[in-house]
Amino acid sequence: MSRSEWPLWEIFIRSQHGLAHKHVGSLHAPDAQMAIRNARDVYTRRNEGVSIWVVMSSDIAASSPGEKEPLFEPANSKVYRHPTFFPMPDEVKHI
Amino acid sequence: MYAQMVDTGAKRLQALEDMPPEERAFQERIDADIKIEPKDWMPEAYRKTLIRQISQHAHSEVVGMLPEGNWITRAPSLQRKSILMAKVQDEAGHGLYLYAAAETLGVSRDELVGDLHSGKAKYSSIFNYPTLTWADIGAIGWLVDGAAIMNQIPLCRCSYGPYARAMVRVCKEESFHQRQGFDILMKLCKGSPAQKAMAQDALNRWWWPSLMMFGPPDADSVHSAQSARWKIKILSNDELRQRFVDQTVPQADYLGITMPDPLLKWNEGRGHYDFGPIDFEELYRVVKGHGPCNRERLRTRVAAWEDGEWVREAAMAHAEKQAARAACRAA
Repeated sequence: MSRSEWPLWEIFIRSQHGLAHKHVGSLHAPDAQMAIRNARDVYTRRNEGVSIWVVMSSDIAASSPGEKEPLFEPANSKVYRHPTFFPMPDEVKHI
Repeated sequence: MYAQMVDTGAKRLQALEDMPPEERAFQERIDADIKIEPKDWMPEAYRKTLIRQISQHAHSEVVGMLPEGNWITRAPSLQRKSILMAKVQDEAGHGLYLYAAAETLGVSRDELVGDLHSGKAKYSSIFNYPTLTWADIGAIGWLVDGAAIMNQIPLCRCSYGPYARAMVRVCKEESFHQRQGFDILMKLCKGSPAQKAMAQDALNRWWWPSLMMFGPPDADSVHSAQSARWKIKILSNDELRQRFVDQTVPQADYLGITMPDPLLKWNEGRGHYDFGPIDFEELYRVVKGHGPCNRERLRTRVAAWEDGEWVREAAMAHAEKQAARAACRAA
């Protein structure tokens, strides 16, 4: 057994110019450079990407499922933030 | 399948009313087709069963490289060799997606690999058969990957988010594997009589083990009910097996080769092919470690892991040194 496992990295790929990087999965690598090389081999074998971001999993802070309600509930009662809240008369165009 | 006879720890199904509130909420979420994500509460048995199932699936992808790797140096043309290398590389990738999905359940990669090497964790029975001729590479792509697709497409809808997402990636790539296998067999079947005989011989040896891949008959499959309820098993062993037979027999007809089953016959009434009895004793023997290549496969995996240890350590030492130097410069 080796003394320590390679750290875990989260991989984000930009699939085309103009789109945002999207999380595609994770892999183990000793450092950022190797993480990018491994990500190239694992996640872009069929031209899936034009750019790769790698982030150490341990550096990601995430909201927890338990605080879902206090975190997202305030948005539920504010339906007026959606344009559909304001019905427009048919004769009014381009709005 | 790639995961066979996965133990759920359940003796019988519990009624929704009898469950503790947390578990009931969990089951209702699954019933409503809402995915479970790593940080969500889950019953311990669900977590453990998934680790077994996903890791067994991952080990199958990794051990599955060995029978095919056997032919990389002897592929009949440079193009076939390139294609086979691409396929084997895909299998490594599939293993990796799956290990990563299993790790989200709180188990380390080293533990998973350790369980494979100690024999505690299983991998699919099918990879314990030898690849004797080039036609076997065709038969594996056509039959084994074909059977895998049959199982993996429904798993894209399974209840555990990371597993479902890994399956989506795998399925996108798997179709290439099946087609390249069929393409190998088409070439052989249109070739000389000796080449066609080689294709027939491969089908003779791989047909029954391919049907065994789907696992024991439903009547003997003790853990299926719990797995189905958790939506980590979508279709039953027998349903998948029947679909596979129905799909594959016309393809063999096209190739002009025949399944080694005298009882195989279209049943107009059922709208399915009937087929002969499967020797499940053979499946149990192979799963227990007594197939033709079990020892060799495990030995090869363990040697690869041990021989690569110094590389893993050196890469880590290099990374630590670089990080220390960078910290020094920054100070």
